[in-house]
Amino acid sequence: MSEPVLRIEALCKYFGGLLVTDSVTLAINPGELHAVIGPNGAGKTTLINQISGLIRPDAGRIELGGRDVTSLPTHARAALGVARSFQITSVLPRFSALQNVALAVQARSGSSFRFFGRADHERALNEEAEAVLAEVGLSARAHVPALALSHGEKRVLELAIALAIRPKLLLLDEPMAGIGRDETERLIAVLRALKGRFPVLLVEHDMTAVFALADRISVLIYGRILASGAPDVVRADPAVIAAYLGDEME
Amino acid sequence: MTAVPAPAAQRSAPADVIAPALIFVALAAVPVVASVGAQTYVLDLVSRIMIFAIAAVALDVLIGYGGLISFGHAAFVGLGAYAVGILSAHGFGDALIALPVALAASALFALATGAVCLRTHGVYFIMITLAFSQMMFFTAASLAPYGGDDGLTVRARNTIAGFALMRDALSFYYVVFACLLATYLLCRALLGSRFGRVFCGARENPIRMASIGYDVFRYQLVAYVIAGAIGGLSGFLLANAAEFVSPAYMSWQRSGELVIMVLMGGMGTLYGAVMGAAAFVFAEEWLSGLTEHWKMIFGPLLVLIVLFARGGLVSLAARLVRSKA
Repeated sequence: MSEPVLRIEALCKYFGGLLVTDSVTLAINPGELHAVIGPNGAGKTTLINQISGLIRPDAGRIELGGRDVTSLPTHARAALGVARSFQITSVLPRFSALQNVALAVQARSGSSFRFFGRADHERALNEEAEAVLAEVGLSARAHVPALALSHGEKRVLELAIALAIRPKLLLLDEPMAGIGRDETERLIAVLRALKGRFPVLLVEHDMTAVFALADRISVLIYGRILASGAPDVVRADPAVIAAYLGDEME
Repeated sequence: MTAVPAPAAQRSAPADVIAPALIFVALAAVPVVASVGAQTYVLDLVSRIMIFAIAAVALDVLIGYGGLISFGHAAFVGLGAYAVGILSAHGFGDALIALPVALAASALFALATGAVCLRTHGVYFIMITLAFSQMMFFTAASLAPYGGDDGLTVRARNTIAGFALMRDALSFYYVVFACLLATYLLCRALLGSRFGRVFCGARENPIRMASIGYDVFRYQLVAYVIAGAIGGLSGFLLANAAEFVSPAYMSWQRSGELVIMVLMGGMGTLYGAVMGAAAFVFAEEWLSGLTEHWKMIFGPLLVLIVLFARGGLVSLAARLVRSKA
């Protein structure tokens, strides 16, 4: 089997006296969609924040394509291809949807220390951004400021921004949070179409989405990985049912 | 449409072309109109407005577009002015030497202090920029060979490549005008560029910017240095206008006045800073003619503007135009 894209080894993180990431070891293989599920406060977002570099772990190591990135800052990891969405939507509110995406395209195409020439008029940036917006079905809203988009549209825009940096690894932190049934279906369809192009680490509470999309699932409880494996195996695991799925599946 | 309009660099409305064009045409025409009356007085007054406007436009880049509320911008102005004063004291009276030194001094100071200040955010950023400028203020006040507290007289206005282009009020006026116009156009181009888009994005959402691969600190530092250097340009002109430099140029009150100009004019428009500088200097000139306690009138006036004309004179003017249409 080929080398995993992301390898996390014995990762630990304390918030004060609380161990929020408890020796987590995890590998994500090329093309797979790996879901991390678990109750609130299990440390799922903290785990994603450590992978994307917003939080430094207290112990352990994070490898990206065989390279140790444990001490790299967020922007350097993004430059290596780590893209992410946030649990609470994170876009540039006063920029249009197109500008949001074009800025992500700009990040990986040439220097941004260019002081002349209007960035908004750069065809290459705009065309690529338009293509990404078309892919997620947001073309009609390209020139709307992000703050005027609906909540569901913002979530899709955030996904478009992540796609625009041409990720080598995509981290999605509860992309379905707070959006309606129809929009969830739409987002599941978009994610399914993306599957296989790059590995995805998906943190999600919506079990329909998780079981529809995941190749493998890890269950995180109190910062520890309780079980990890194929969806059917995890679903049948008595420890998982007792600790988490029991309530969620009812 | 919304209560929070996009920064001007990120949109293109006719007002963003017409309003600044009107302002610069009016400024260019001032000497013609003034020739019927007390020309020298008017030219000196409007020159002073434009000199402050140069610093205020640069400050608006930081505050209005970058969300970096610098409360120490006067330090850059003061450094530029002291470069002129000190060089003149040693017999260097040409702008070809004084201007590059003024720009370099303020840019270097911006680089050194910005590298520290920009590690902080919000109130801490305000306080630390203030602290650095106060440091410069006390340094200047203790420069005994150069007048210390009392300041330093500049022997004569700088020549430009040997020509006395700044000696008479009219040609000095147009030198200042050209500097303001260049500053405005430079900042405008800067903000619309790739660099400017990243800089504005860093204010909108720094974490998002980092997550797509931008080291926002570097962009903010470069902008801070550019704004500092433009402050130095303003100081260079100020020293030539007054033929005098003093530590008061770097006082925190002066930094506050620059912030007030930006707020009064309307943040995030650049040309609003020019209007704010004009309004401030006119108010100072007119009110101080009425009473020496003019700040007691000016203070409440400022409160009213901030309360009832959020977006400053620019939004007030826009509302007037719309109600007439």
